[in-house]
Amino acid sequence: MNVPENLQYAASHEWLRLDGADGTVGITDHAQAELTDVVYVELPKVGAQVTARQQVCVVESVKAASDIYSPISGTITAANDALTANPALINTDPFGEGWIFKIKVEAGEEIEELKSPAQYREQLGSGGGDGEGV
Amino acid sequence: MAAESELKKTPLHAEHVRLGAKMVDFGGWSMPVQYTGIIDEHHAVRGSLGVFDISHMGQFFAEGAGTAGWLNGLLTNNVDRLGIGECQYTFLLNDAGGVIDDLIVYRIGESRYLLVVNAGKIGEDFTWMQSHLAADVAFENRSEHFAGLAVQGPRSAQLFDAFFNGRYSRPARNEILSLVIDEEVYYIARTGYTGEDGFEVFCPVSRAVRSWNDILRKGADFGIKPCGLGARDTLRLEMCYPLNGSDLASDTTPIEAGLSIFVDLQKPAFIGRETLVRQKKEGAKRRLVPFKMTGASPPPRSHYAVFKGEQKIAETTSGTLSPTLKTGIGMAYIPTEFARINEQIEIEIRGKRFPAVIEKKPLHRVGTTTP
Repeated sequence: MNVPENLQYAASHEWLRLDGADGTVGITDHAQAELTDVVYVELPKVGAQVTARQQVCVVESVKAASDIYSPISGTITAANDALTANPALINTDPFGEGWIFKIKVEAGEEIEELKSPAQYREQLGSGGGDGEGV
Repeated sequence: MAAESELKKTPLHAEHVRLGAKMVDFGGWSMPVQYTGIIDEHHAVRGSLGVFDISHMGQFFAEGAGTAGWLNGLLTNNVDRLGIGECQYTFLLNDAGGVIDDLIVYRIGESRYLLVVNAGKIGEDFTWMQSHLAADVAFENRSEHFAGLAVQGPRSAQLFDAFFNGRYSRPARNEILSLVIDEEVYYIARTGYTGEDGFEVFCPVSRAVRSWNDILRKGADFGIKPCGLGARDTLRLEMCYPLNGSDLASDTTPIEAGLSIFVDLQKPAFIGRETLVRQKKEGAKRRLVPFKMTGASPPPRSHYAVFKGEQKIAETTSGTLSPTLKTGIGMAYIPTEFARINEQIEIEIRGKRFPAVIEKKPLHRVGTTTP
């Protein structure tokens, strides 16, 4: 499973890429493989204030609907509209074109609670771990 | 959900793992839900060929002079219509006319029958039938002895011919062939759960791995893919074939399910008949009908509310994204007054309603697949 080094991870299998206070969020390679063919994405509302571990949107495969949680508190500034027409981008490019939303991060200290790539790899190694998400 | 170690395994379990299948708990069995992807496997079956492990399903054998009469007293369809080597789809009902199980009964000898039942119902079906056993019937549950493989898709007949190289002629649709290979009995039926042409093979557990690998190897020329339960579900739902436990239950009847062609009310007596006769006479209050989403929407799932105007009229029993139609589809028991083709309804998904329309069965007509 691909676990890029430049990202931080939630136990519920979302990734966060930080550029100052600007965050980008998606689901991990492991999560997309577990979900299988993604056929529908219900995007979060732009402008919504969310807290860490809050359910913000839904990703659906042929088989099931899965809740996606925000890894961090903040305001959602953008949603990836390309996923509406092509939800499979989450399968084909989970860390790139398959990003789900952008967030203006408001609570910096929460970042400490996220996992490093090594810690997330360890979670996957122990059988998927304690994540509530996908 | 049971721990992986407590789940029952089919004789093909190691093959599935080796092929990289994603295994899930299906009614207490560890079964492959997919190998490469549900959509991919679905298209393999509609376009060329797929093979499914159906070893979890149950096989009962009944034999003896009293068997036909006994089965006719327990099952809705009429086994007297079966010639040797023929089969029919039928229902096992409770006293109130509700469905215990839907199954296929094959007449494999003068007074010998094979019943293939749903995995999760093996115990309940067998106990029920055993408790109503008649004289002159030897009834046996041989589910542990048999593995099952379903080869499905438009190239099934070609694979059969290539496989046996003229040694056996193909059974016709809804017929079964018994043959002996290296001193073991195999049954090959021209049946399935996908709507496509295909064969269901029942062989001894000891021959399962060999049969599976032979089929995959010989099937490679025809584009065969191993297929999981995920594709099995999308394929059957496009055909509007019911899934017991979802679309059929102990409080729904075959009349309500719109499957009365598999019920012979001319038979003088069978368990559940009174309710069915009454429903037929008075008209069922609800009907299992298929629907299709008409706009952009999330895929429907089971247990979603169905609305007509401001009134909640039903709950969906099945739902998925149809890989062939590329839209959400499902089924629901709709009050008879609304259970009409082209009736507009709405499906509530996470608090929001999306438009859908009641359609004719099946939702997909085999042979109309466009790649």
